[in-house]
Amino acid sequence: MIILFYIAAIVAVISTLCVILQSNIVHALIYLILSLLAVAVIFYVLGAPFAAMLEAIVYAGAIMVLFLFVIMMLNLGKISTDQERSWMKSSGWVAPGIMAAILLAQLLNVLGDYEYDLVPVEVGVMEVSTLLFGPYVLAVELASILLLAGLVSAYHLAKK
Amino acid sequence: MQTIPIEHGLILASILFSLGLIGVLTRRNVIFVLMSLEVMLNATGLAFIVASSRWGHAEGQVMFLVILTLAAAEVAIGLGLIIQMYRRHQTVDISVLSEMKG
Repeated sequence: MIILFYIAAIVAVISTLCVILQSNIVHALIYLILSLLAVAVIFYVLGAPFAAMLEAIVYAGAIMVLFLFVIMMLNLGKISTDQERSWMKSSGWVAPGIMAAILLAQLLNVLGDYEYDLVPVEVGVMEVSTLLFGPYVLAVELASILLLAGLVSAYHLAKK
Repeated sequence: MQTIPIEHGLILASILFSLGLIGVLTRRNVIFVLMSLEVMLNATGLAFIVASSRWGHAEGQVMFLVILTLAAAEVAIGLGLIIQMYRRHQTVDISVLSEMKG
């Protein structure tokens, strides 16, 4: 089980790196799906099968299909790939890269002091749904209102 | 039962978050920016799951669900805005938006 965690972690980091370095947008999207599925495997290993399932269905399924539809609709094609490649060559990524590296170093420094070996205990659907429809029922209602607002505004924005 | 050091999970979340941050800051194609935002939100969800797995609680999964809803709403609106931007400017270059006035 533990080896699964590390393999999935390596796959996730490499495919995310491919996402931000890729110039072809559809390839980048496929790499992003791979990264999300790797994170879903990590969720499963950490004992959250419900979250892993949602990650695979909602993130890698629904949200990525939404991206794919928009990419197909805009029909960017080869010109956009070439344009993307010329944008990548500019040295604009050096300063943000250094800043993000500094942030990462700080995070790693903070996390280095914290040592705890976790034993993955499976927390199934029942525990999560008991919480969702018990103390967190307001969060569920707010989420539904948020989704409704998102639906209405997406319809309004994408309309001609 | 084998154990996983908790800091490895959190380090993975930090690495993914930083990669997403680099993507948001460097890419000029607005669809790539939105994809990098997804990576960042996903890393946050991973941190929540790791932390809830530390105590064996289900609260982290509830928070992950909230993040998932947020990501779905954000992507729907973001893609709607991208479509509108493409209609007006015929490009997905984000620096075109800096010419927006008022």
